[in-house]
Amino acid sequence: MRPKHKSVETKYMQERQAFYDDLKKLDRRSFLKVSAAAFGAVAAQGLLPPNSFQPVNLAYGASAAGESESFRFAYISDSHLYEKDINDRFAVSLMRAVDDVNSLDPQPDFVFYGGDLAQLGQPKELDLGAAILKNLKAPLKIMVGEHDWFLDMGEKWRALFGEPTESWDHKGVHFVKLLSVIEEDFWTARGMTPMERMKTVAGLDNGVQRPFTVGAEQREWLKKDLAGLADEAPLVVFSHSPLYKLYKNWNFWTDDADEVQAILKRFKNVTVIHGHTHQMLTNRIGNIHFHGLLATAWPWPYAPEGMPELTIEMTRPDPFNPQDGCGDGEVAVYADGLVDKIHSFWNRNPVTVGRKYTLSWGKEAVPPRPNRPSY
Amino acid sequence: MPTRIRNVLLASVCVICAVVVWVAYDHSVAADCAAGAHLTSATGGKDLADAHMEQWKRTNPQRVKDWVAEEKERHAIMPPADNSHLLKGEQGESHSYGRFTERDILIWAREAEKMVVEGSRIFHDGDALGSTVAVSCDMCHPDGSNTHPETYPKFQTQLGRVVLLRDMINWCIENPVRGKRFEPDDAKMRALEAYIYAQRKGTPLEYGKH
Repeated sequence: MRPKHKSVETKYMQERQAFYDDLKKLDRRSFLKVSAAAFGAVAAQGLLPPNSFQPVNLAYGASAAGESESFRFAYISDSHLYEKDINDRFAVSLMRAVDDVNSLDPQPDFVFYGGDLAQLGQPKELDLGAAILKNLKAPLKIMVGEHDWFLDMGEKWRALFGEPTESWDHKGVHFVKLLSVIEEDFWTARGMTPMERMKTVAGLDNGVQRPFTVGAEQREWLKKDLAGLADEAPLVVFSHSPLYKLYKNWNFWTDDADEVQAILKRFKNVTVIHGHTHQMLTNRIGNIHFHGLLATAWPWPYAPEGMPELTIEMTRPDPFNPQDGCGDGEVAVYADGLVDKIHSFWNRNPVTVGRKYTLSWGKEAVPPRPNRPSY
Repeated sequence: MPTRIRNVLLASVCVICAVVVWVAYDHSVAADCAAGAHLTSATGGKDLADAHMEQWKRTNPQRVKDWVAEEKERHAIMPPADNSHLLKGEQGESHSYGRFTERDILIWAREAEKMVVEGSRIFHDGDALGSTVAVSCDMCHPDGSNTHPETYPKFQTQLGRVVLLRDMINWCIENPVRGKRFEPDDAKMRALEAYIYAQRKGTPLEYGKH
């Protein structure tokens, strides 16, 4: 029995569906007209959300090689979980990020977790993180951060998530995940307990710890892993610390970054995506385009010196809103291996740092600038 | 009569005890000095004081740790101003406020820095801050960054009133840190202020800045 009268909601939903169905039937010219109108309406409100209303993300058919987005993955990073009964604030934030990612439609091809799932590497913290991340609908790829590692040097992390270094191919793009937070032994000579070692590394400004490195062993592995790839092959590298030298005092730094960059030099385009810095951070060194991830736990201030020119800083976060400056996001990967980096802030309009922006050395597609600079 | 005898006896016992304590103490210091081999009959008060200090360090090894040096190794701390220019110029010789020695300058720097270092220790320690959720200041403000003490007093829009740095310290302690606010003259509050101001050395004051 079909109901005689349709409810207002049903009518609205049917009209909406019909509208979308018609949209798909549009020829290219009419489509551009409609989408430009939508884009204009959105732009008039001062909003440029990276959702499907933006024409660049809806574009049908590739115009030139590398000009269209081939797939997306979502990201979540730096949750710094404590055990639930010590502090549940960070767990709540991670759950929010998982909800965000699960509500993406269409779903991303996979979800990348950028490291620092735990705050002090405790088994209970990592277990809690694993339990929350289990709710993700899309497959998970996860990287190590220093907070996950220095209590038991990765024993629990490996048991939960497997190898800290790996590579895989997805839709023609080669992905590499590195363990970039290896530190020279500073603890044995000082007779530190594992917990003292962990707490030392967990202090961002703690000068007793050593700089992060990828290390000779992984660099050899990386060379071999990339050996079979052509110079034009699209390549995305994940590292927890930025794979360049930004600010040593806070380990916004990888000590053997130059050596790693040398291995990546022969490729036409390389994208490096890193966690650790908890902020919008963009850099380009030659062929390598670097993008930082937002954290779910808290935002870091910008480094007092050495900021890359391409970085458009995010407006200084509001301390009275504990989730301001935090968030998660999406990465739209193009056929040439470069990406649109979409920062989905929880308390602000989203910001896209596009492939065009880094490709043009910051001349085109410039993201909105902050009104409150970082101190 | 019995009272007088008792008093005399008590007095003698006290004297004997005092002598015994004095002799024992003197021997132990003498032994220490002999071990240190630098107390001669002709030495002055400084050597004696040093010897006492050495003895105290030996009997209190857990308190000997140089916490200032340790904290400075862990966290970068801005040094206090260099006042050595005060040793120059001839006018200083003639009045007490202008006459300083290297020792004075050393003491000022060391004592001022010590307060700042204590502030750094508290800033980086959730327990010292009284956090119930294991949060410390450095988790959002590494090296005291993004605290901008030079901008206070200012109208804090979220609170709807003019605040000082210490009001914001207490706001952080009560909210993200989930601890109990410090009294304005609490030693910990004074040390935290000292550290936060010290870290902005060289930044011009600009009260009211947002």
